[in-house]
Amino acid sequence: MQPGLQAYLTVAGFLFAIGFAGVLLRKNTLVIFMCLELMLTASTLALVAISRFYNSMDGALFVFFIITVAAAEVAVGLAIIVALYRRRHTIQVDELNYLKH
Amino acid sequence: MPAFFFYFFSALTILAALLVVLNRDAVNSAMCMIVALGGVAALFVLLQAYFLAVLQIVVYAGAVMVLFLFIIMLLDPKTRRIPVSEMNMVVGLVALVMLAIGAFWLARQYPTVANLPPVEALPTDAAPLGYATAAKTFGYGLFTRYLLPFEVAGFLLLSAMVGVIVLSKRTPADAHDDPAKPPRK
Repeated sequence: MQPGLQAYLTVAGFLFAIGFAGVLLRKNTLVIFMCLELMLTASTLALVAISRFYNSMDGALFVFFIITVAAAEVAVGLAIIVALYRRRHTIQVDELNYLKH
Repeated sequence: MPAFFFYFFSALTILAALLVVLNRDAVNSAMCMIVALGGVAALFVLLQAYFLAVLQIVVYAGAVMVLFLFIIMLLDPKTRRIPVSEMNMVVGLVALVMLAIGAFWLARQYPTVANLPPVEALPTDAAPLGYATAAKTFGYGLFTRYLLPFEVAGFLLLSAMVGVIVLSKRTPADAHDDPAKPPRK
């Protein structure tokens, strides 16, 4: 028996939940960033599955744009993290609390 | 047989994603992330989105994760590790469980499609934007219905490139700081 749409969406939902928990749990900015990418990937999986089962190209084309935006986001985000490390000498979010005091 | 592959690659993807979150070392997290992205690419192949599977491997697992590994190895200070507080742990686990239950419940709302609809390599004239496997379909969609988003994506890439150059340009104020050197505190 072929796995249905529900199965793919469940996998995508679990991936998204794991990525979200990672964003909440981790303190390392780079790992938080990777978990954000995981959430984006989960959304692409859901889009491709729906696009396949409803026989339309729209979801698959949207995934194309998501990959483009994710690549641009990673480049800019990592440049910001490097600039942050130059100034503050840390990438742990708990130590980046200069606005708090 | 597709069912076996589906369960195998879903399990692999979810396990690797869990390891991304649970690994102490950021380099190990990145390695598990590559496995997770490869698993998602395999699921794309099962959904007959071959072009997107290749794109996923080349762009995500290739370019993006190499950039990640490069920055991790450049920056990651192994000395200080901040322990996760219990409050954080509880909040994270509650969010994980509730989101997973919500996703499961939402997925149940969709009708069960036991058999995949048949798919051609190229779209037909009757349904020009119907699901098809050839990369040509993507080109057709991008230059007809999605022409404006396509141009915006190109502009976004240009502005990201300019932004990265501006961000990584050294100002005189931090010229003496080198991220490759250990921090002086």
